Amino acid sequence: MFLALRELIFARGRFSLMGGVIALIAVLMVMLSGLSSGLVNDGVSGLKSMPVTAFAFDQGTKTDNAFSRSVIDDQQLIAWRGVEGVAAAEKMGVGMANATTESGKQVDLTLFGVEPGSFLEPSRSAGTGLGSSDGIVVSSTAKAEGIELGTVVTLDRIGTKLKVVGFTDGQATFGHVDVAYLPLKTWQLITSGQAAAGTPTAAQLSAVDFHTASVVAVQAKSGAKLDLAAGDTAAGTSSKSLSAAFNASPGYEAETMTLSMIQVFLYAICALVVGAFFTVWTIQRKHEISVLRAIGASTGYLLRDGLAQAAILLVGFTALGVAAGLGLGAAMPEAMPFALEAAPIATATGLTIGLGLIGAAVAVVRISRIDPLNALGGQR
Amino acid sequence: MTNPTFQAASASLAALPATGLSIRHAVMELGDGDTRVTALDDVSLDVASGEFLAIVGPSGSGKSSLLAVAGALASPDSGTVTVNGQDLSQLSQGKRAAFRLSNIGFVFQSGNLIPALTTADQLRLVNRLAGGPKTFDPVALLESVGMAHRAANRPGQLSGGERQRVGIARALVTGAKLLLVDEPTASLDRARSREVVEHLARQSHEHGVATVMVTHDHDVLGYCDRVLEMVDGRLGAPAPVR
Repeated sequence: MFLALRELIFARGRFSLMGGVIALIAVLMVMLSGLSSGLVNDGVSGLKSMPVTAFAFDQGTKTDNAFSRSVIDDQQLIAWRGVEGVAAAEKMGVGMANATTESGKQVDLTLFGVEPGSFLEPSRSAGTGLGSSDGIVVSSTAKAEGIELGTVVTLDRIGTKLKVVGFTDGQATFGHVDVAYLPLKTWQLITSGQAAAGTPTAAQLSAVDFHTASVVAVQAKSGAKLDLAAGDTAAGTSSKSLSAAFNASPGYEAETMTLSMIQVFLYAICALVVGAFFTVWTIQRKHEISVLRAIGASTGYLLRDGLAQAAILLVGFTALGVAAGLGLGAAMPEAMPFALEAAPIATATGLTIGLGLIGAAVAVVRISRIDPLNALGGQR
Repeated sequence: MTNPTFQAASASLAALPATGLSIRHAVMELGDGDTRVTALDDVSLDVASGEFLAIVGPSGSGKSSLLAVAGALASPDSGTVTVNGQDLSQLSQGKRAAFRLSNIGFVFQSGNLIPALTTADQLRLVNRLAGGPKTFDPVALLESVGMAHRAANRPGQLSGGERQRVGIARALVTGAKLLLVDEPTASLDRARSREVVEHLARQSHEHGVATVMVTHDHDVLGYCDRVLEMVDGRLGAPAPVR
């Protein structure tokens, strides 16, 4: 480190330029990581928070948008209840709706129709649970839209009025839209197209001849291994585990794959840029290294020194970049789906440093091929 | 081989000295095919401790090859090289570096100092490489070449002559008993050349260091105990002054 540190100070101009590039890559890493986590939360936090082991879609449903596409009936539900290892299975209705609040504000909602009192009913941070035919429990993030307890939202076109009776515990969004939990019966009334304007009445609900829902939500007994294939055969469904079902959320796969690809490219760029810099730096020092080798410096010492130099540069400037990225992340506008989570940022930081070191190592290994004989004769 | 008339210490060809340099029948060829040249043609040489030897000769005569062989940077095709009683051919590649570090000092053309290091740090680095004492103080050594006042300066702030003097001090950090000097005055004016060679002569006499200096500069030969000429890989007495 004796030589490494002194060279960092001596050639601080060159090293700062390189460090600047590393820091900017780290900033971009943090931003992408935040955007990635934010988009995932925005896309599937409503699903993530559910105590569900798997969702069963109607057989042959296309994966993209499967939640709103699939239709299941009572027989499929009953078949799933009979599958070994199943603790509970419930019908669940999924649909998108545009609505307007009393103050005229337009909001989008994902309607999750669930049986009140079942395991699907969400835990709440405020208000009461599902029960009354017009009561809905909405995502806590909807407060930012001006929705409060007691707010009445009117669904566009059909004019059905629903009242906010509770908020979920934390963010519950699906396909970038706030989730509104409502009783399955009400969901069926709305979906059947038989709903009239105004608050749904008991008479309307009992008159609805519509018994299907979107998916069967299945909860396994604790410790039991659920045989999804057996359940599918018995019920005529295609089931997906909770995390696999994320892909059935609108746009989820496209978004996460795009961001992952950008991140992979950034890692590759980081390794290549650091490698290129240290290649040029090592070539610049060629004569000096041949002198050191002629004097008797061991190859191991020179390699350790070179790698230590790269490590100091990478760790220092990556830390700087991550700090700047966290600062910028905190200043992101509300509309941008952005969530800073410790684990993905730590992974991104580790990968930036690790891959940068690999790039540097490939360059620094050149030191071992420099011939001490070059020290003799004129300076080149 | 002719016995030189001017000799500080006697060097017998028969007995291997425990210190200094001894080369026996070294042969080395470089290149392939048409470009093959004999760099060393049956060279034998003894340099005793405290002796300051100069080797002159035209470019391409094999002077650099002689330094490379004597400095454990290259192995002769045949013949033996002994430094401080150690036969170099017995050393593995890794051991040679360690041997160079503690037994052989190099002074290269125009100093070849590390640009990032101050004068004092040039010496400290070599001390660290050699695992020398933590209490090592470069100032005394710099004082002996008249460079103590430049201890905090980097090579870019030094003149050519100053750089060479730092190079000499650096070569002596580990107490090496063989000093190999490659064209030390190549880029210096006359006054500076004399000064540098004077320092070399003093160091080798005062500390009992065997010094081999390869040079083109006939002006400085007066400081040397002995002068040999190399022509086409053969070492002999210098031709009469032209």
